[in-house]
Amino acid sequence: MKIDEIARVLKAEILTQIPVGETEVDLVCASDLMSDVLSFSKSRAVLVTSLTNIQTVRTAEMTEISVVCFVNGKKPGDDAVKLAEKNSIFLLLTGLSMYGACGRLFDAGLGDCYER
Amino acid sequence: MKDDLSIRKIQELFYELKVGDVMMKDVITVSSNMQMMELRAILRDNRISGTPVVDDGRLVGIISIEDFINWLAGGQQENRIAGKMNREVKTLYEDEPLVQAISIIEKFGYGRIPVINRRQKSLTGVITKGDIIEGLLKKMEVDYQEEEIHRYRASHFFEDIIADKTTLIFQYFMKGCDAMRNHDVDAVQNGGRVASRIRKTLRRLGIHPTVIRRTCIAIYEAEMNIILYAGAGEITVSIHKDEVNVKVKDSGPGIENIEEAMSPGFSTAPDWVRELGFGAGMGLINIRNCAQTFSIASEKGQGTVLNFGIPIGAA
Repeated sequence: MKIDEIARVLKAEILTQIPVGETEVDLVCASDLMSDVLSFSKSRAVLVTSLTNIQTVRTAEMTEISVVCFVNGKKPGDDAVKLAEKNSIFLLLTGLSMYGACGRLFDAGLGDCYER
Repeated sequence: MKDDLSIRKIQELFYELKVGDVMMKDVITVSSNMQMMELRAILRDNRISGTPVVDDGRLVGIISIEDFINWLAGGQQENRIAGKMNREVKTLYEDEPLVQAISIIEKFGYGRIPVINRRQKSLTGVITKGDIIEGLLKKMEVDYQEEEIHRYRASHFFEDIIADKTTLIFQYFMKGCDAMRNHDVDAVQNGGRVASRIRKTLRRLGIHPTVIRRTCIAIYEAEMNIILYAGAGEITVSIHKDEVNVKVKDSGPGIENIEEAMSPGFSTAPDWVRELGFGAGMGLINIRNCAQTFSIASEKGQGTVLNFGIPIGAA
């Protein structure tokens, strides 16, 4: 699934000013615990989280996650957006809850990155 | 996947390159007082199909060969350019990204767009589709050459060194801040800088992405541990032909019971650290899972030494 499709499904705004391109994801990693993301995530996943600090972007960088969607309308700071742009990570912002966002992504056919 | 990357690279260039980088700077201009008959000679001699109209250094309009043909067809009324030129000119600033020029050309179908200096408001150039294509091709050629040089340096590094054994060592020194004891939220927020620098270095060396990912996740966890628990620390990355070896040494309080620290979920982190997304009691386990070899030595009051290795061949 491409970035603009994810944004449409999640009614999300794209916060980063980088060209959308051909990046695709097919898995979902939903967590507010970055330790869990570091343990279980896979690189072709979208990270769904309500943790908006800069560590979320760092974690995405290390795990090669290229799309992060913040839920509950919680907007990250400018420093997080800038760091994401520098590392070609797309940041999305949705007013949906964690449950709502994951539900929609599940319906759209994305898989669980915890399954091995 | 490779195709995706190259398409994306070109798209990035549309944003990276500025109108001023690719525009034509020596622009032929005409004044609005000029006769339409004179325009014909200028267009023909310079082999151009249109030109900006400038009075006293200010852009006042644009006139094209189409306007000239319409003037001929319309019985040659009004002999001055002022009466025939298009006054509502779409312009671009030198510092706007190329993507802006492309979208205007696509939307309005113009063959050329005058370029203005944002501060002086004076005409500094003209941009056409041809300039855009030429600019992109030149940039891609330069990038390609740089990439080639880069790749050469990286992947041939080990083969170029004549020795029985070659090891590259990078060291990173961290002024730990004992974040947990000092309740230093900023320090925790800033964690990951070392891992990020190591990641870029490993990429430059052309190491396989899967190896980089495993190495950097483990280093990131270790780095967070230094920030949270220790006064200071150092991370040493040694790259051998077949393995990345990482040694993490800190001058923290040491781990009293290593077995306990290695059990999933065990954590001494307070709530504020957990709210920042860390301290879930998975760090050391995650490091062990990323690595092939793993050892930890610690004594209360003596700090902790962590050693782990990730094979380069096993991507």
